[in-house]
Amino acid sequence: MTDEIILQTRNLAKQYKQRWAVHHLDLQVHRGDVFGFLGPNGAGKSTTIRMLLSLVKPTEGDVFLFGHSLKRQREKALQSIGGIVEKPDFYLYLSAYRNLEIVGALNGGARRQRILEVLDLVGLSQRAFEKVKTYSHGMKQRLGIAQALLSDPKLVILDEPTSGLDPQGMKEIRDLIRHLAHDQQKTVMLSSHLLNEVEMVANRMAIINQGELVTQGEVTKLLDEGEKYVVVRGTPKESLRAVLETQHSVKKVVDRGDSFDVSMSFDDIPELNRTLVESGIAVQALIPHRSLEDFFLSITEHATKI
Amino acid sequence: MGRLVYYELIKTFLKKRTYIGFLLVAVVVPLIEVAMKLEGGRFLQYTTRSLQQDFIFVGTLFNGWFVAHSMMNSLWVHIPLLISFVAGDQLAGEATAGTYRLILIRPVSRTRIFLSKYSTTILYTVIFVFFLGALSIGLALILLGAGDLIILQRGILVLPGNDVAWRFLVGYLLAAWAMLTIASLAFLFSSFVENAIGPIIATLGVNMIFLMITVIPVELFGKIKPYLFTNYMNVWQKIFEDPVPWQDIGSSVAALGGYSLAFVLAAWLIFRRKDILS
Repeated sequence: MTDEIILQTRNLAKQYKQRWAVHHLDLQVHRGDVFGFLGPNGAGKSTTIRMLLSLVKPTEGDVFLFGHSLKRQREKALQSIGGIVEKPDFYLYLSAYRNLEIVGALNGGARRQRILEVLDLVGLSQRAFEKVKTYSHGMKQRLGIAQALLSDPKLVILDEPTSGLDPQGMKEIRDLIRHLAHDQQKTVMLSSHLLNEVEMVANRMAIINQGELVTQGEVTKLLDEGEKYVVVRGTPKESLRAVLETQHSVKKVVDRGDSFDVSMSFDDIPELNRTLVESGIAVQALIPHRSLEDFFLSITEHATKI
Repeated sequence: MGRLVYYELIKTFLKKRTYIGFLLVAVVVPLIEVAMKLEGGRFLQYTTRSLQQDFIFVGTLFNGWFVAHSMMNSLWVHIPLLISFVAGDQLAGEATAGTYRLILIRPVSRTRIFLSKYSTTILYTVIFVFFLGALSIGLALILLGAGDLIILQRGILVLPGNDVAWRFLVGYLLAAWAMLTIASLAFLFSSFVENAIGPIIATLGVNMIFLMITVIPVELFGKIKPYLFTNYMNVWQKIFEDPVPWQDIGSSVAALGGYSLAFVLAAWLIFRRKDILS
């Protein structure tokens, strides 16, 4: 990661009738970042990504890609970008190879060698000449990544790349993202509604909710910034409270009825566990929590209820 | 640009829907022409029965040219429908398939993508109209042979056999030009919907309503007619008049060109500003 900003949105906004889908959004992605763009469903992630890739015209503001304004220098701005928006769709009656040829033509032409190379990278070289309609969802998702990488872009924007995949497929995509970032020095921006997914691959992230930016920064800092606590559950409850309150590592104990929220460093969890067991407490659970995670869960739940 | 057109042609001509029109023409034209041959001229006798009291018909007027000319009447409704299958799918089909998201995020202007799609539409329309022409004329001449061409339109006109071939060639060129207006209209409808069925129905609907207004002899409609593109669609028929009304043909060609241009410009304006939400 460097200090060079290669993607920037300034006051970016999109209004549909009376509703602001995205409102005054200022994002910054640095070269070398794996940037997680996080938000619950309906938060405005896809609208933002559609604006970044010029599928949707902003109502206000602008996007700057490698210093080029998307509004005024669209073709230059998109020159070094590859992306997937929502689920990857293709010409189903054509082969994967032919689909990539078409995408390549729109990027100024792609050599056969390059097409086969990216198909190999995503593990589709064996079925390169089969019609896409015979592909599974996971294969289409991988083909989506192949088309995003075809022009060897410096910035890859992936909208919910693991959506609809089984755990193995999700892991493969995460491994691929790490490979792109670390071995191919690409900057990756990925949107997701799963904090743990972003935490696993991203070094920086932004959280968006109801079209507005909630926070952005380095993943580790953001996760460390908020209060950390451990949910402790065990019996007998009164003995549990007594032991917790005598521990040096424990800063605060809050009774939640069937459990206690214990403010402490996560590094001290094993020691606390040992002490509780040695004190005759039947420990049922020790669950580390971070306030950002809770905050994100709360906005996610709110969005789900809506 | 050539590369974009090439891949648009690949996308269009590897799609099954593109061949529906060709298939229907390939089935229906032989069917009708064989049926007409089997009828052995009763069709011509039926259509000329009112004239037979005043005229004596000599020679084989029921021939390949007559049948091929009759087949051109499909240019009013049937061929526009088949053309709108493909033209109406050019933009809306990408929205339906979700492939706008694949092609419009590239460093190519929407205008170039639009032009490559419209060029493909033009090529398809011309190829299709000439396929109809080649099949209907070729088969009719094989089945029924050549001869003088009788034209039954606002009276009776017999064109000598040696003066007919060039008229069919120019007639089909003019028909292709008229069908381009239909294709442009379908293309326009295709630019602002996300389902290819809509443009097909809308194009057919507009064509039929305008045709009715054009042909029904009502004074009120007479004032509207000059503003409807269907008023100029009969340009191909005029080449079979004697003398050929070149000036009239020229103004019809210009009017149809103007309508095509207007439709395409409107489609371009919509496409350029369109938010891709599919």
